[in-house]
Amino acid sequence: MRVINAIIAIATGVLILGGYFFPQLAGVQTLLLNWAIILAGVATLVGIFNLISVHTDKIRRGEKGSTYSALLVIGLAATLIFGMLLRPQHDAMQIVLNGIIVPTEAALMGVLTVSLLYAAIRLLRRRADMMSIIFLVTAAILFLGSATLPFGDIPLIGTLIRPWVSQILALGGARGILIGVALGTMTTGLRVLFGMDRPYGGQ
Amino acid sequence: MTALILIVLAAFLLLAVMLGNRKSSARLRDIPALLHLYRMLGLSVEDGTRLHISLGHGSLLDARGGSALAGLATLRIIAERTSVSDMPAVASSGDPVLGLLTQDTLQAGYQAAGVDELYVPTAGRITGLSPFGFAAGAMNISQNENVSTNIMLGHFGPEAALLADASDRQSVTMIGASDNLSGQAVLFANTQDALIGEELFAAGAYLGAGASHVASLTVQDILRWLIILALLGGAAAKFFGVI
Repeated sequence: MRVINAIIAIATGVLILGGYFFPQLAGVQTLLLNWAIILAGVATLVGIFNLISVHTDKIRRGEKGSTYSALLVIGLAATLIFGMLLRPQHDAMQIVLNGIIVPTEAALMGVLTVSLLYAAIRLLRRRADMMSIIFLVTAAILFLGSATLPFGDIPLIGTLIRPWVSQILALGGARGILIGVALGTMTTGLRVLFGMDRPYGGQ
Repeated sequence: MTALILIVLAAFLLLAVMLGNRKSSARLRDIPALLHLYRMLGLSVEDGTRLHISLGHGSLLDARGGSALAGLATLRIIAERTSVSDMPAVASSGDPVLGLLTQDTLQAGYQAAGVDELYVPTAGRITGLSPFGFAAGAMNISQNENVSTNIMLGHFGPEAALLADASDRQSVTMIGASDNLSGQAVLFANTQDALIGEELFAAGAYLGAGASHVASLTVQDILRWLIILALLGGAAAKFFGVI
């Protein structure tokens, strides 16, 4: 069975990759990607059952944080049932979305801002090396250079240093990192295509 | 056409380097974060704490899948090494397809360790489908499940800071790498030993995932030098007016 899994996975990967370079394979590529999208939809359902299973298990055992698990399961069940009965476009469902989900995510974004500021302050205590100093100085220059101030741009920093740092140094560094990530992605993909890594179908 | 040539060249190099390296063991440079991870694998089993591996919310249907696959390869090794522990590793993800593969990979690790019966499907979890939902669910694991180390390998955006902050509050060691620039900047500021760029893809080789992982590091190095030469050559050609 494992060999069949590998053959299916490798053949699918080769056909999809081939579709990018050979127009004759484009039709097969589209078909396979459409199947993948349908399977991803089914996987979402499996994922929801996994989420329910993990949290009901926690509630049953009375583990630490099980109150939150209960809230999650109740919230999920209520949203699912009312969403199916009323449809997502219904006013009540829009109130749930705009009154609970969006503000919660916005609040997390607010917490994130504080967390990032705190991390920046603690960076030198955590790791006092040249890279950390460069990181902090670069961040400070970019913040100062792009800040909206009543008297306009800070001379030199806003007009010369910030554009130079962001367009030359930071952009060059970002491209270097992305090239490294792209090479890593390519070799990882090739390992899967060759069947050296098989993150599917058991061992 | 250039992309196809690059892929064929990389494939050829990968096979050639792997076959060439079969008899000799490769020397890898020290990456403090990965050495730390290797040490934490043994320590967690000894002190009865759990490792939490978070694979991010990268979909396997787009370009972010590469980092997720690299995370899965690392998870496979960790699952095999920690499966016999009282507190086996827990893995979380924010994408349903990745979640299924997480469970499959964990099971494969248990099978390889010969303790298939100890595997529980809830060890691989999908904690949320949006980036913040995923982060909130993963924070819950790190706060409530006796976790000693959070390992984040995959696609993370700025929401990684929430997980890092939760780890910090619980004095949980954190090792993280992301293929996303914002996520990488956040993890750089939040972790003791940062992993930058392609180091995310080196974790498997450092944990002993096999010759193919070491060979892919060599191939990355060769291709990187070729790209550097091409960039310098292109710049020189432009400077002298050749192109």
